[in-house]
Amino acid sequence: MPWPRHLHGSEFAWALAFVVPYAAVFAAFVVYPVAYGLWMASAPSLYRELTANPLYWRAVVNTAVYVGLGVNVQMFLALLLSGFFMRRRWWIKALLPVFMLPWALPAIPAFVSFHWMLIGEEGFVNSVLSTLFGIQGPLWFNDRGLALGSNIVANIWKWLPFWTLTFFAARTAIPQDIYEAADMDGAGGFRRFAHVVFPLLGNLYLVCTLLSTLWTIGDFTTVSLVSEGAPAYSTDVLATLGLHYAYDAAQPALGVATVMSALPVLIPIAIILMRVVRTREVQL
Amino acid sequence: MSVRPPSRLRRVLVDVASVMLVVALLIWSLTPVYNMLLIALDPDEGDIEFEGLIWPADPSLHSFHTVLTQGYGLVEDFWRQFGNSVFIGLATMFLTVAIGSLAGFALGRMRVIKGWLANAPLLTYAVPASFLVIPFYRLMASYGLSNSLWAIVAANVTFAAPYSILILQQYATLIPMELDEAARVDGASPAQMYRRVYLPLMTPALTAVGTFALLLAWNEYLYQYLLLSSTRNMTVAVTIAQFFNSDEAPWNYMMATAIIYSVPPIAIFYALRRYLAAGLTSGAFKG
Repeated sequence: MPWPRHLHGSEFAWALAFVVPYAAVFAAFVVYPVAYGLWMASAPSLYRELTANPLYWRAVVNTAVYVGLGVNVQMFLALLLSGFFMRRRWWIKALLPVFMLPWALPAIPAFVSFHWMLIGEEGFVNSVLSTLFGIQGPLWFNDRGLALGSNIVANIWKWLPFWTLTFFAARTAIPQDIYEAADMDGAGGFRRFAHVVFPLLGNLYLVCTLLSTLWTIGDFTTVSLVSEGAPAYSTDVLATLGLHYAYDAAQPALGVATVMSALPVLIPIAIILMRVVRTREVQL
Repeated sequence: MSVRPPSRLRRVLVDVASVMLVVALLIWSLTPVYNMLLIALDPDEGDIEFEGLIWPADPSLHSFHTVLTQGYGLVEDFWRQFGNSVFIGLATMFLTVAIGSLAGFALGRMRVIKGWLANAPLLTYAVPASFLVIPFYRLMASYGLSNSLWAIVAANVTFAAPYSILILQQYATLIPMELDEAARVDGASPAQMYRRVYLPLMTPALTAVGTFALLLAWNEYLYQYLLLSSTRNMTVAVTIAQFFNSDEAPWNYMMATAIIYSVPPIAIFYALRRYLAAGLTSGAFKG
């Protein structure tokens, strides 16, 4: 007696009761704040003010670079590394727990450490460069490109293990006989990756990339702690610029408008995400 | 085509390359952690860390002792703040698992909503947490949750639950529907099936989701910084960031606080590590 296509009577009541707690959270802490935010930022004059400001456009470019590079590099590395961790060598197996450490380490300590590693002429990175290699390192936060790059590297450092573990879990679920069949056909290395692994992981890779894109567009902690927007607010992303407006400049409506201006990008990504996650209507 | 036996030389070269990659990944993963220790082990306040040293010249546990005994201005309420952080983390974890598993059961097993609309929770991520903090700040007053730890828990659960429901729905496809069918034939109510069939079989995924929620709470800083105003309700994450505003350059105390703050999630993560990879395994390859 499988679940009916349409639930009836007490079963339908139970299903509703199970959904109610989450629906309440969604209504109270997603729908209402979003509606409130849109109402706060509804005046068209706010958007004229924003688009007239070069700081805003620079934050848009920074966000695009931060997300475009950060997400794609970490996803691709995670996919490759998840394959590396499948290898049967004790030193690779022993590395996995150490490699997972950045994910378990809280974001604030990690990014504060990145900030101190790169600060000034004698942060840890520059000290290592000069002591071991005799190179005078650059002032990382005095150059927009280097500072933006530092934020991207810190973000990749923190989240690479999470996505690597996701892909690793998916790879371990690929039945071993598929690999063996590929071996029998002489498909090693690259060809096995292109014709066996990627088709199987492709959908998961897309889901993870979309999720990571949404999360990274909203990332505040990394930029606010690693480069702190330096030099001179030139590495601010939309999230940090919005909060500058709201709290440092006491213009909350402008701050909300700054971040809400990303909705035309975010909402389509979220809808694509909803559609590519497999819902498995029919259970085999 | 015949299988070409890999030559001995090729195997050795692959091993050498993989050992080099392991060393590079060790350096990559551990450098920021080493830097934290380097600064925290310094016995004095001030900028001594930034004099080009790459190992602790005079290592001392003084800063850890100072933080643990609350012997410095910024950490004088350390244990109370630590308790607040633990409360937020555990409440986020339990509520996310409870609310997420109930919704996951109704959406993934009973299929109360069909098709791609069952993924509606993911729509939450269209407006990231940091974008929502200003309206959230205003609304908390109308919910009577100003300066309340529950406001932080609510925000954390809001953003941990959609991913959790996704993971639970994926993992649930590994559990044969025949179990539900058998239970229904025996006249079990949905509540009994949730408790007796769903929860026990979902343990790895529930562990993964709980860990995810706990780490999300422990990573979170913006909501705590903006929504909590009294020192009574302050958390360790906010205190760490406040060190930047100090005139005394107490970086060793800052890093000692950061390291102590990092211990609980790391301990929990490694204790539960075996379940994590299993819990993230989806049913993508089944059927």
